[in-house]
Amino acid sequence: MEKIICACGHENPFGTKLCEKCGRPLTEEVKNQKVLDMRYDGIAIRSKTRNKSIVDKIWNFFSSVKVGVSLIFINLVAASIGTIFPQEFYVNVATEAEREIYYEETYGSLGKLYYTLGLSDVYSSWWFQILVGLLGISIIIASLDRGIPLHRSLKNQRVKRHESFMKRQRVVAEGPVTAGDSAKTLDLVEEQMKKLKYNVRREGNAILAERGRFARYGPYINHVGLIVFLLGVMLRLLPGFYVDESMWVREGDIRTIPGMDGYFIENEKFILELHDNEKTEAQIQQGVNAVAKNYQTNVKLYKQPDDALPGQTDNLELVKEYSIRVNHPLKHEGYSLYQMDFRLNELKGMNFALTKKETGEELGDVSIDLTNPQKEYVIDDQTKVELLGYYPDFSGFKNGEPQTATSNPNNPAFIFKMTTPEKPDGEVSFVAIKETVEPNGDNVYKMSFKGIETRNMSGLTVHKDRTIPILIVGGIIFMLGVAIGSYWNHRRIWVEQLQDGTIRLAAHTNKNWFSIKKDLTAITEVAHLPQFIDQVEKENNEDGQKEKEGDSTL
Amino acid sequence: MSLIDLSGNLLFIAFLAYLIGTLLFGGAIKSNKPDGAAKRADRWGRIAIIVTIIGFLAQLGYFITRWMYTGHAPVSNMFEFTTAFGMFIVGAFILIYYMYRLTALGLVALPIALLIIAYAAMFPRDVTPLVPSLQSYWLTIHVITAALGQSILAISAVAGLIYLLKAVDPKVKTKGRFWLEAVLYFAVLVIGFIVVTVTFRSMGYEAVFNYVDKNGAQHEIIYNVPAVFGMNEYVLLTDDVMEPIAEMPPVINAKKLTVVFWSFIVGSIIYLLFRLISRRRILDLLHPLVRKVNLNLLDEIGYRSVLIGFPVFSLGALVFAMIWAQEAWGRFWGWDPKEVWALITWLFYAAFLHLRLSKGWEGKKSAWLALIGFAIILFNLIVVNLVIAGLHSYA
Repeated sequence: MEKIICACGHENPFGTKLCEKCGRPLTEEVKNQKVLDMRYDGIAIRSKTRNKSIVDKIWNFFSSVKVGVSLIFINLVAASIGTIFPQEFYVNVATEAEREIYYEETYGSLGKLYYTLGLSDVYSSWWFQILVGLLGISIIIASLDRGIPLHRSLKNQRVKRHESFMKRQRVVAEGPVTAGDSAKTLDLVEEQMKKLKYNVRREGNAILAERGRFARYGPYINHVGLIVFLLGVMLRLLPGFYVDESMWVREGDIRTIPGMDGYFIENEKFILELHDNEKTEAQIQQGVNAVAKNYQTNVKLYKQPDDALPGQTDNLELVKEYSIRVNHPLKHEGYSLYQMDFRLNELKGMNFALTKKETGEELGDVSIDLTNPQKEYVIDDQTKVELLGYYPDFSGFKNGEPQTATSNPNNPAFIFKMTTPEKPDGEVSFVAIKETVEPNGDNVYKMSFKGIETRNMSGLTVHKDRTIPILIVGGIIFMLGVAIGSYWNHRRIWVEQLQDGTIRLAAHTNKNWFSIKKDLTAITEVAHLPQFIDQVEKENNEDGQKEKEGDSTL
Repeated sequence: MSLIDLSGNLLFIAFLAYLIGTLLFGGAIKSNKPDGAAKRADRWGRIAIIVTIIGFLAQLGYFITRWMYTGHAPVSNMFEFTTAFGMFIVGAFILIYYMYRLTALGLVALPIALLIIAYAAMFPRDVTPLVPSLQSYWLTIHVITAALGQSILAISAVAGLIYLLKAVDPKVKTKGRFWLEAVLYFAVLVIGFIVVTVTFRSMGYEAVFNYVDKNGAQHEIIYNVPAVFGMNEYVLLTDDVMEPIAEMPPVINAKKLTVVFWSFIVGSIIYLLFRLISRRRILDLLHPLVRKVNLNLLDEIGYRSVLIGFPVFSLGALVFAMIWAQEAWGRFWGWDPKEVWALITWLFYAAFLHLRLSKGWEGKKSAWLALIGFAIILFNLIVVNLVIAGLHSYA
């Protein structure tokens, strides 16, 4: 690429619009601008100068602001589609087939279409993730494309700029000083600019006063933050970085914690508390009886000894006792356990009495632990009850065999063999809730139902996310960048005193012209400078409502 | 007087002050002084801003006393949050006013705040106890910061609306004129909603129904306006009230649809009456009021308020939200509809800021974008809370 040599003798890289040294416009396009386009200070930007190889073309595509904004809008629309109907993870059905039916039954044919198109799980779809990825690439390339040359040019700024640069700034002033000794003007300007917290550089008869240059880095800093954040999210895909498991523990049980090797948790008690308030208007309207106040599981966290086998529960060491509540997870070694769900009054045990049908005489009680039923219950040497079959979630007969839907004791059913002195060979009976079937229908004894025992069950989720520190760093960098870029602005004022003592002034800011004009008003007054004008505003007022120049630069 | 009554009275005082403030700003704008930066804050304007500040302090008093009474930041239900949103809009307006001294802003910002607070008052106002997930200091931090960010962003819509009221010529038939009038028509529909609700509430209208929800369970529901649409398999339990005209499937909340229907009808009647009597568009009425405002300054205010609001919104609606979600549910992001719409709002304003880099996106286009942004914020407040079910649904 050939260099562009400016009239001042400076060699500029190909594609430069404004001479890096003196600010002279270098291209025909720029020469015709009444007010210069000061975006990126007229530097040579890679995407604007090379367009030959495929790499250049890809680079140029992603570095375009237009493409970036389009990608933002596409992502925005894609994200909104996912809120039309609830996403799958908020739908409480287990299998895929059930899900399909759920969407169709609840939302009609639109729901079915939604499900078929995969929109019910849009955020995990490959195309949504590609869209986010494209946006990430755009952020990286656009930032590199502009950030690096901009940094170079801001670092190497010259104080004195050429007339053709000065006169084509948005805010300009030219003329003799309005009062006082013109020899002191530059001193007054310098002094006042310093008072206004500008960095002032003076070279001979020219001054460059600059303030808030670091604000120009704000957008690049926040882009770095976003990229760090996105990388953090991607890291989750690697094994070991992210654990997300859920588990149920019944009161009194000790269970291994999925994803957290060597640890066990005991559910001592689940507590549900309700607010005892008067029903509010909203509650009445929605038919809500009571508002929950607290969901809590009192747990004991145990650790296996180091030499124990997986699942072995001997010699557990107590690590911690804790009350897990919503907003107050149990935290241990990077893992967190959250209170997520509960089930009240789950069947724990059923009590029966072995009863003689005729007389109602009871030979003894049998209480069955539904999660851990025994093979036989011995009442005395001649009397016992054997459990031939146990169906925790009885769902009917199939080919004469009782079936169970799940292993949870929601609807327990049993096949008992009752051995009594009267019937030493035993009598068989099938017993379910509100249902008894006897093979011959002539049993002498029956298992009469006495009562149930219940207990609660807590649903906990287990999380470990080693990406969190990365996300925090990304978030902090992003917020810093956004704040720097938004709350500060880069103001520059060039002042030159010509041979005849007249003043030429130009001012530029990347945003917030209102404030730089306030500064200018202050120095104009103190140093008796000629009145400045805003060429864009003037033009607008002359031509009515013509669109004006881009007012901000990165 | 108990704390909660005091709180209610303070809110009422604030409402009145904003109303008077609006009229005073109207007076300030009508005066014939030149639009110089220093002279803009003339006598009327000064009184107007003082009244506005009094109103803001009164509402701050409402906020604090209600906080003391309930024991948690009053941002936990639709009434509380929306009222606070109105308050923050006034606060953001006062901030921007002191930066730019533009009285015209008040003429639009205060009516918007008034409409929002009046809208809030249509929801049940009693104190709701907090469910476990809301019992966290993050409720205070996250919701207040997010609402503050939204309010500052809303000021860009205020500036945008004034910009368009001036820049769109009501005499020439353009797409801009049509859509701007549509925006004003939407504001009238909100008034329609308020009129409907207040009217039937003062009549004590009540119609009780039984209905079957999508899970097949039976519930009772009370309509406070005559039922046009009935819930799924409804049974009317109250005598001498209107029978619904149509029955809705279980996914549609027919009660809310009925309220929307009545608001639409009444709002449209109000609008049509206005058009018939005045023989003008609302736009024609407002256009001369803002004749003197400086379009460049408005454009700058619109841009500046996005710049000020965007970091606050990012912090409150995304960063703090993620921290809380991590704390409460163990995942910082769950694609809940409210989260998604906060992300959409954020993406939209990010796009806005990037578009300002390109030529030709200042002025009118920018003003329209600011209005669309505010529409997204309102969508997230109203539709996402009331229509799309999720973890954030208030009612």
